[in-house]
Amino acid sequence: MSAAKAPSGRPQGAGATRKGVRRGLKGYLERHLQVLIHALGRLSRNPLSTLMTTAVIGIALALPAGLYLVVDHVRDLGGQWRETTRISLFLKQGLADEEARRLAERLAGEAEVEGTEYVSPAQALEEFREFSGFGEVLDALDGNPLPGLITVQPASSLPPEAIQSLLERLRALPEVDIAQLDMEWVRRLHSLVDLVQRGILVIAILLALAVLLIVGNTLRLDIESRREEIVITKLIGATDGFIRRPFLYTGFWYGLGGALVALLLVNLSLVLLQGPVQRLAGLYGSDFRLGFTSPGMVILLLAAGVMLGLAGALLAVGRHLRDIEPE
Amino acid sequence: MILFDKVSKRYPGGQEALSMVSFRLEAGEMAFLTGHSGAGKSSLLKLITLIERASAGQIVVNGHNLTRLGRREIPRLRRNIGIIFQDYRLLHDRTVFDNVALPLIVTGLQRRDVARRVRAALDMVGLLNKEKRYPVTLSGGEQQRVGIARAVVHKPPLLLADEPTGNLDPELSREIMTLFELFNQVGVSVLIASHDLELIGSLPYRVLTLEQGRLIHDGGMVGR
Repeated sequence: MSAAKAPSGRPQGAGATRKGVRRGLKGYLERHLQVLIHALGRLSRNPLSTLMTTAVIGIALALPAGLYLVVDHVRDLGGQWRETTRISLFLKQGLADEEARRLAERLAGEAEVEGTEYVSPAQALEEFREFSGFGEVLDALDGNPLPGLITVQPASSLPPEAIQSLLERLRALPEVDIAQLDMEWVRRLHSLVDLVQRGILVIAILLALAVLLIVGNTLRLDIESRREEIVITKLIGATDGFIRRPFLYTGFWYGLGGALVALLLVNLSLVLLQGPVQRLAGLYGSDFRLGFTSPGMVILLLAAGVMLGLAGALLAVGRHLRDIEPE
Repeated sequence: MILFDKVSKRYPGGQEALSMVSFRLEAGEMAFLTGHSGAGKSSLLKLITLIERASAGQIVVNGHNLTRLGRREIPRLRRNIGIIFQDYRLLHDRTVFDNVALPLIVTGLQRRDVARRVRAALDMVGLLNKEKRYPVTLSGGEQQRVGIARAVVHKPPLLLADEPTGNLDPELSREIMTLFELFNQVGVSVLIASHDLELIGSLPYRVLTLEQGRLIHDGGMVGR
């Protein structure tokens, strides 16, 4: 009978174990969720101090985030303008139309070049006559004083240095009289953006350190004020992990709250800047506008806040919980 | 349940709190630990709960050899012991219910089981109707009964009490002792440190007497 029972008994046992594991896991998650919510409840019972700590963390996070956003926009702007950078090749006088056209085609086939456009001397004269308002002056001239022109649009992926070398190469072509590119400012803008970005990185690291210390110190005070509670729970048989948990979750909430405050501050600033920026851009004939924080940025900021909050909590908890033992 | 074998405790200052103490408390036994203040009662209890470690000798509690027990294993030892304090040591920002539930919460018991057992423990000490109150609103005797409910809610095989009636009048003290006897009758080992000789003498239990760190008397019913 026992032999008949064994096969049916085994899977049952395995099922029961699996069920037990599942129930254990559920209990584990349930407990963590409980502590998480309990920590939030505890924070909400001291709204003023919680708000102040969260605000400080928020400001510390908002500063690098906001600066980064501004630089990002400036870089975008630089990118937009770079698309309009073109190399103008003024061809030698007397170059045949046919030859010039062939040169333009050949250049357009190069990898560094996105496209070319040839304007013949006759076309140039026509355009000049149409747009300049000096048509009569031209009539007084005998012959066409204007040279042929090829405008070269460099590939958009080309870095400023490569554009510069492309320019040098084109300038050396025998058909070309003058090659022109005003891109000095693009290069300057780029190195300026790089410099500012490096600066922001330094500021961000310093402020992250500040957040770490703020959370750490706040939790240190929290631990100190709950010393008796910690002693009693230790006496009752709580593990270090159990005692650590509420403080870690408090750090989590501080970090998350701080990141939300930072998002609010950054976007609020963007709203305030939107009007003036648009007016300024309008004066330059640009339709540039400030965007809000991108989803990627939101996630990055929230993650950074949470990580810093947890790290600060770990710092404080590791340093102080061990010292509190029943006497 | 508790075994002390030539246990000494010397504090860093060189002062010897216990010297060569040996005794054995059987499972299901109830005993008093007595002596003047400073005789070493508290030190002895602290050694059992590993709040402090012995300088010499062996201690075994509920099968755990304490000399070899690592820091991480301490919680498991303490979950087998219910501790009752003279000053109750309740958490004042939590209700009576939450205070009593604490030993169950730290073991990770599921919520619905927690409620059932907390109510059973509160019922035993006669405070079922006060579970939502905060400790400060209770009298001293009631607070101590909350402390006792907390000590027994997880059904530990060993109950330790450090001057549990130190702050209570004789009548309340009697009530508390009756509670201890009740737990002892269902098989819990009980060790009570107390200097209330009058109360101890009125009860028929073993008495361990400490004097200047030495065990000078081990037997029944001092003063009778």
